[in-house]
Amino acid sequence: MKWKIPALVSIASIAWAVPSAAKDIAVAAGSGAQERLQEALILAQPGDVVMLGEGRFDLTDGLSLDVAGVTVKGAGPEKSVLSFKGQMAAGEGLLVTSDNVVLRDFAVEDSRGDAIKSKGADNIVYHNIRVEWTGGPKETNGAYGIYPVESENVLIDSVLVIGASDAGIYVGQSRNIIVRDSIARFNVAGIEIENSFNADVHDNVATKNTGGILVFDLPNLPQQGGHNVRVFDNVVVENDTPNFAPKGNIVASVPSGTGVMVMANRDIEIFDNVFDGNGSSNIMIIGYRQKFDDVQYQPTVRNVRISDNAHGKTGFAPQFAGGEMLAAAFGGSVPPIIWDGVGGAEAKVYSSDEVPVLNLGLAKSDQPIETAQPALAKLAGDAAPKLPKIVMPAAMEAAIR
Amino acid sequence: MRRWQRLATIAAAALLVSALPGPAAISDAAISDPALPRKLSEFGFFAGPGATRPAPVLVAYGLRTPLFSDYAEKQRFVYVPDGARVSADAEGRLEFPVGSALIKTFGFGSGAGFRPIETRVLLRRAGGWEALPYVWNADLSDADLKVAGTRLPVTVTRPDGQRIEISYAVPNKNQCKECHSSAGAVVPIGPVAANMDIAPSAAAVFRKRIDWAAAPIAANGPVWNDPSTGSLDQRARAYLMVNCAHCHNPKGSASNSGLFLNYGAPGDRTATGVYKRPVAAGRGSGGREFAILPGQADQSIMIHRMASTEPGVAMPEVGRSMVHEEGVALIRAWISSLPSE
Repeated sequence: MKWKIPALVSIASIAWAVPSAAKDIAVAAGSGAQERLQEALILAQPGDVVMLGEGRFDLTDGLSLDVAGVTVKGAGPEKSVLSFKGQMAAGEGLLVTSDNVVLRDFAVEDSRGDAIKSKGADNIVYHNIRVEWTGGPKETNGAYGIYPVESENVLIDSVLVIGASDAGIYVGQSRNIIVRDSIARFNVAGIEIENSFNADVHDNVATKNTGGILVFDLPNLPQQGGHNVRVFDNVVVENDTPNFAPKGNIVASVPSGTGVMVMANRDIEIFDNVFDGNGSSNIMIIGYRQKFDDVQYQPTVRNVRISDNAHGKTGFAPQFAGGEMLAAAFGGSVPPIIWDGVGGAEAKVYSSDEVPVLNLGLAKSDQPIETAQPALAKLAGDAAPKLPKIVMPAAMEAAIR
Repeated sequence: MRRWQRLATIAAAALLVSALPGPAAISDAAISDPALPRKLSEFGFFAGPGATRPAPVLVAYGLRTPLFSDYAEKQRFVYVPDGARVSADAEGRLEFPVGSALIKTFGFGSGAGFRPIETRVLLRRAGGWEALPYVWNADLSDADLKVAGTRLPVTVTRPDGQRIEISYAVPNKNQCKECHSSAGAVVPIGPVAANMDIAPSAAAVFRKRIDWAAAPIAANGPVWNDPSTGSLDQRARAYLMVNCAHCHNPKGSASNSGLFLNYGAPGDRTATGVYKRPVAAGRGSGGREFAILPGQADQSIMIHRMASTEPGVAMPEVGRSMVHEEGVALIRAWISSLPSE
């Protein structure tokens, strides 16, 4: 009966079940990789697995996937390598624009722009992936390593990103996000959650970046008002790489030696992390400091709860304006937690960590730092975490088991 | 006008080869059925050789302000099934009935020296538009579907006479969609009444097939490089509309950038690039702080990216390997003319 067909179609699309005709499409490394792999990504059907062989795929252009429900699976992040060293065009190495995609067990190297971007790609899984710029940290490296944007349900699990000139793992303008069990090193920002809602960032290692983990919100974007982000159980140590971001980008303003920086967000929880060797400060809570023209935008930070973090050596080499003076004034090093103070008690920025907190005493987010009135502060209040755990659709977790 | 010389040449070529069999009938099934035809000839658009002798039912058109594609010459046709109607929205964007096709051949050389490289077709099927690229074979007897795109060495003669070897990129099927996408669906870009010069011999008949949402819109949009057709501001905006706004609009591939260069962009000045800071530009910023810094073209990210051929910097991201020097000069002059604060 004809009327049944739409119902069946919608059930199939919701269930995300692998259709019975699903198949593996093997693509070997070696010559002609660009056309062979791109053709496989175009002709794949929902449920198919594009299997990358062992070896190097020397690519000349960006790759893209626009078929829903496809898995791209390599033989391992050291075995199946997509190399974009010879890339001649496109803004990223691999672009995904379809839903329910799983990317796993391969590497992307030396893309000229971003490495893997997924845009408007809901329910995306990144698992066991390595992204690397093999020449080390350089301004000419691509901006983002793993770059989901405008997506709902983003799971980033067990990835390694090295050398991004902006953020190693960057989630932008998305909702419902988990970044876990991953390593970011030698990027400007290790992990960045920007203009996003509902994120858990946990059990990651962020080291040797300029800044370890950033939670930002910027004006003049389709989605803004970042909120509900939990940063917990991470190891954020020795983020001491000089900032190599091209000027003009917001991360170019992140001081080297930053552990976690929260900018212009609300309802943020930072707990059970290990901090050590971050020369500027372990945790910075600040507003947006640049001029903007956007009546919708909220530039200050509200509702922050900091608890149970371990703070090692920090603040010994502050790389921000006035940092040396502050260090001198506070016994040789900058306190491990810095808050710009905007909003005062109403901002509800609380910490139960047993370390000093520096309140810069600013009245407005964009106030010149020279006019700050820094003082040690107690951020007394209920700092215990209370945001709910982020949960992914079961099929996404099943895809990596 | 130059646009029509080319069409006249096609007609002349058609006369020269008139001993060949006439054009095959257009295959409505090839356009409408869900399959991906392997050969361009399956559609019956051209009798050949190459893209010469278009089927008489095809309507040739040019764009007053076109997309820059490495100085490629483009021959554009539209096919609408017999008797079917075209509609135009309030902005004059044409909406085609199922069974329609837009056909665009890219090549180099002018007049009889024109050599086609590829023909891209947009097919209006029941489920929406399908975008497919076909690459011409060596003897121009047919063009083959290349869903994964390809690269070909081409010698380009620039307007200043300089000859340059380039690696010409035929886009893959997904890249077709990257530019031709609105809220995730494939849509045509070019056929907007004000920017569309329909071949004089067919214009009157074709325009009679259009159902206008509002008053009919004349083909009088700015020609980017002809000051008699519009002010510097109008021509610059027309250029950005055609070359950038297919992605840089709130429903396009660059929606997340917050930089919107479409005509219908919100009244928000920052969104049009003026004093707009980059979001995800990376090294595309080139150390500059704003997309457009009024009065200072060289300090504007827009100029930096238009003047680059580096992947990761160059804008548009696909579709060119050369700098459109004349287009950059236009936008440079326009930014320089904007009053600073």
